[in-house]
Amino acid sequence: MTWGLWESYMLPGIWITIQVTVYSAALAAAVSFVVGILRSSPLWIVRFLSGAYFEIFRGASALVFMFWLFFALPIAFGWQLVPMWAGVLALGLTYGAYGSEVVRGALAAVSPAQREAGIALSFTRMQRLRRIELPQAWPEMVPPFNNLAIELLKGTALVSVISVADMTFAANLIRFTTNESAPIYTLLLVMYFVLAFLITRGMRLVERKAKAGIGQAPPPGGGLLGGLRRRTKTADPVTGTAGAGTPGGNQ
Amino acid sequence: MNWNWDVVDDFMPRFWDGVLVTLQALVLGSLLAFTLGLVWAIAQRSSKAWVRMPVTAVTEFIRNTPLLVQLFFLFYVVPEWGPAMSPLMTGVIGLGLHYSTYTAEVYRAGIDGVPKGQWEAATALSLPPVRTWTAVILPQAIRRVVPALGNYVIAMLKDSPLIAIIGAFEMLGEARAYGSETFRFLEPITVVGIAFIVIAYPASLLIRALERRLVR
Repeated sequence: MTWGLWESYMLPGIWITIQVTVYSAALAAAVSFVVGILRSSPLWIVRFLSGAYFEIFRGASALVFMFWLFFALPIAFGWQLVPMWAGVLALGLTYGAYGSEVVRGALAAVSPAQREAGIALSFTRMQRLRRIELPQAWPEMVPPFNNLAIELLKGTALVSVISVADMTFAANLIRFTTNESAPIYTLLLVMYFVLAFLITRGMRLVERKAKAGIGQAPPPGGGLLGGLRRRTKTADPVTGTAGAGTPGGNQ
Repeated sequence: MNWNWDVVDDFMPRFWDGVLVTLQALVLGSLLAFTLGLVWAIAQRSSKAWVRMPVTAVTEFIRNTPLLVQLFFLFYVVPEWGPAMSPLMTGVIGLGLHYSTYTAEVYRAGIDGVPKGQWEAATALSLPPVRTWTAVILPQAIRRVVPALGNYVIAMLKDSPLIAIIGAFEMLGEARAYGSETFRFLEPITVVGIAFIVIAYPASLLIRALERRLVR
């Protein structure tokens, strides 16, 4: 691979992958919090709708949904999405469904006495969430969110099939040009691994801060080779099901 | 909205062909993932560092890189110095290998959950290592992790359309081919999308029921 190919295809590709990851992670985070909080709403219809959202998007395949947004949505409603936004929308909504289970589980794990104290102080539901429940649930959410962010990063490779010029797309172009597949795909895998590693490092910092914020000891470091994923008890990022109780459900 | 039921009827025979290929990939991929995962899990508990470290490094690498790129690697790179494989075969190996790194973690948790006394009892009865694993540890470990393994089968189902990109005609592959022949994308892709939800949702209910029965 020459410097020209690297500069004209791969570097922009890396930037696109980072952009897609950041945008879809932001969308997924917003969806996770909204749906996760609504899933314990006192109104049954809200609970039902947010539960249905979770079940549908957990059952759907991200790639099929992306194809649907890209090929079928323009025909069905006449809305043509820019390919990158079709990808971001599909990834954000799918991983948001998984994330909503993380938020719901972490909120449910906050000690009931905390909620009762909030009621006794006549906080409104919103105040309780913002002042009492979310700050305590947040450190519990960070490790599963880390695992989900890595899954999301892996998922961004899918946008290459709807012609978004990300790293994978660039690698395919370079393979066509140079006809050398081994070095380019090996390099591509290594680059994804490095990005996943950077995400883990960043999330460790977030977790450290979050734990310090509620007066808990920072998590054990695990060292450089401690593995990228955190073993969590609250939720399984791939299947989106609560992992508590099943030894295997822990990631 | 220009939905046409005739197109759906026309697509249906190819849809069922696609379902068959999806199920084939899923069953073979799961078998591979279950077996390889157990191998990784046992190797990671080995007392020899030269077995444990490379296996840990390789599974960590495979787990944290995209399945799509791994499929490209298997499809374009491996035939350069190995056997050329059909898209479906490549897909099965890719899915199986990728998910084996997840099932390895599941088995690991299951094996860790077996009480220490069981290991000590096996030592006290001077069982050889193979008997310890096959007669004492694994029957107890696997029973608890069956629901978690099932969850990964569903996750694999949702990743199975990726093999359409290297040219296997599973559900999405059929929908794509039908679309490019007839310029009707709306109906086939919608049918396939609904099919995934229709398969995945009852399957996840089934696994939740299993979980209640098997995990005490």
